[in-house]
This record gives sequence, structure tokens and C-alpha cells, in this order.
Amino acid sequence: MDEKMVTNAGDLTNTEFFYGHRACAGCGGSLALRLAMKVLGPRIFVAIPANCMSATSFLYPQVSFSVNAMISPFPATGAVLSGIEAGARALGIRDHHVVGFAGDGGTADIGIQALSGAIDRGDRIIYVCYDNEAYMNTGIQKSGLTPYGSRTTTTPAGKNIPGAVGRKKDMFGIVAAHGIKYAATASIGYPEDYLRKISKAAMCKTTSYIHVLAPCSTGWGFPAEETVDIGREAVDCGLWYLAEYEKGDFILNRKPKEFSSISEYLKRQARFRHLGEKEIEEITVGRDEKWKKIMKNWRV
Amino acid sequence: MERPLVVKFKRPDSIRDYPCGAFRVGTLVQENSGWRVFRPVIDTGKCIKCLRCFLVCPDGVIDKSGEDLEIDYRFCKGCGVCAYECKVGAIVMMREGDDGNAR
Repeated sequence: MDEKMVTNAGDLTNTEFFYGHRACAGCGGSLALRLAMKVLGPRIFVAIPANCMSATSFLYPQVSFSVNAMISPFPATGAVLSGIEAGARALGIRDHHVVGFAGDGGTADIGIQALSGAIDRGDRIIYVCYDNEAYMNTGIQKSGLTPYGSRTTTTPAGKNIPGAVGRKKDMFGIVAAHGIKYAATASIGYPEDYLRKISKAAMCKTTSYIHVLAPCSTGWGFPAEETVDIGREAVDCGLWYLAEYEKGDFILNRKPKEFSSISEYLKRQARFRHLGEKEIEEITVGRDEKWKKIMKNWRV
Repeated sequence: MERPLVVKFKRPDSIRDYPCGAFRVGTLVQENSGWRVFRPVIDTGKCIKCLRCFLVCPDGVIDKSGEDLEIDYRFCKGCGVCAYECKVGAIVMMREGDDGNAR
């Protein structure tokens, strides 16, 4: 097993393990998968529940994965990963990684029970949640990780509601509350940080969890070329954070000196464009509350 | 360039020829180049090989194995992330079939 830290593009292999997929141009989720698989190397088993990545890469006869990959049942990613790991162990395979890529719905809503069970069992698996903040594959429906004010097809913005009501579920906190050995949040806007976290997860001897923000140009409504920039701005304006949970401690990896403008971040995306001053104020208050807690309780 | 090849695929004649359960991974039978409206072109003179484009390409079509960075146009969808992220402006997006006009 290659246990070298990968922290920049120079360390990455030139070989692609996820190639020729049919995801939209400028897809953030496919970038998250591609980078993670490049860090973990060719000896991996991949399980993917129903999400964009399975829908765009297992199109018989075209298979975009050049490693062992399978589609798991929607709610069972964690259980399937545990099963693959047990199978590999029984076969005496040691130089491998078992990794799952679930979307935000497949993690926070539908797959949360299997994920919880997998963390509880503590098998050596890596669970990556690529978070595009709605069920994008089926046509942009609200999920548990859709933020306040986001317009989706099941939470249309209008007179009665300003898009999604309720806050984004704190999935990172939920996973950390299991007493997991290693969990982290990342964003494809900061790819080097993401690479480092994936290689750290690869060194972990038990279950590890990475939550990566993966902007979706189709669902969020921004030009395809801005995917990485939007992911970066989400962190800079404080609506997303880069953090790790390790040995019982929360560690903040990036502390913006000054937050960039929230309204500018929101106005770039069609899903937030309807928001008025009042809603933006509410989002700002939510951010400041979260950061107050972070600064007080986390290692900064 | 070290990128997977596209293979010829023979359609199954009967239902018995379809794979049951597993299928060979890494089988590419069709290119994605038809998706593209704009084509990224690297100015190798300006390029400082920081590998930023290689890092952020969602499709992994930028190859770093050679002397200069190369783009696999068979699978580039023309999203423009590489040009947007390039810090020295070495990548321009050209309209397909119209070589004179940069975006």
C-alpha cells in the first residue's frame, strides 16, 4: 500500500481511473471522484449508490471506471463497503482500499443508517460524501443537505416559501459524534487540501469519512467554467468550512481573515437569485452563529 | 499521450451474449467530443506547467506525461474550467470549427 502523502498536482499519477464519463461539462462531483481515485491508486474497490456518478459512468457498454466498481443499493453504501472489505480480507488481499462515493442525499438522508453502522463496525473503509446540496441526478429535489433559501423543484421559491426552509444538516458533526477516528470536510475549490485529506484517510486503519463540497453547474445555475471558483468562494464567504475531526478534536484548517460577501456568492447562482435582503440577512446570521461555535470549541 | 483507447464494440446478437452481472471495466466505446462548443487551446509558450489545469479538469483530459501539457480532445467537453483557473492565461477557449475567434 502506498502510504505517501499527496498534497499537490505534481504528486498525482498521470493515469486516470475515471475516464470518459457522461457527467455534465464542468461537473464538480466527477472532479471529486477523479482526484480521490488518483490519490488512492489502482488497487481500489469502489461502491457507488444511485447518484449522478453511477448514472453517468455505467452506461453499458461504456464503463468509465478502470478499477473494480459497482453500483450499490441506494441506502446501503456503508454496508456494501463493509462487505467488500470483509470479502477482500477473506481472500487475503491486503494492498487495497475500499472506497464509496455517495451524494448528499445518499449520505444524509437515504444512506445515513448504513453509514452509521459502518462507522460503528469500524472496518477499514473510506466513505466520501460528495455534496452538491440536492438530488441532482433525478432533477434537483431538496435533500437534507440543501441549504436555506435554495430553489429546487420540490421547494420552488415563491410567495409562500423562499426556496428550501430549514438549515443544512450538520453531517460532519453527526459523523464525528460517532467517535470516528478520522473525518474531514473539504471543497473541490481547494483541491490540494482535499488531496491531503484523502491521503490521510487512506492511512487510517478504520472507517474514515470525507465530506467534499462539489458544486453542480446544472443544479446551482452558474456557468460551467466557474465550478472550482464557486467551491472556493463557498469556503471564503464562510458558508462552508474546511475542517478535520481527529482523535476527538475538531480542527479548523482554513480560517478566512475576513469573509467575502455572502450576497455576491449567492447572486452568482440561479438557485439563490430570488433571495431578498431579509433572507440573505438570515443566512448571514446562521453563518455567524456557526462560526462563533467553531471559534469557541474547535482548535483553530 | 497516456489516455485510454476507444475500442470497437460488437453489439450482442442475442440476449445470451449480454453479460450477466459483471462487465469488463474501463471499456470506452464512444467519445465525448461532440459535446463541445468551445475548445481549450494551450499556449505552450505561456504555460509555466503549474499543473493547475491538470488538477482541476473534471474529465481528466489533460495529460502531463509529455514535454508539454496535452489535451485529449476525444473526451474534452469544453467546460472551460482549465481556462478559467489558469493563472497565467495560457489557455484560450476557441469556438469549434471557427479557428479565428477566441471566447
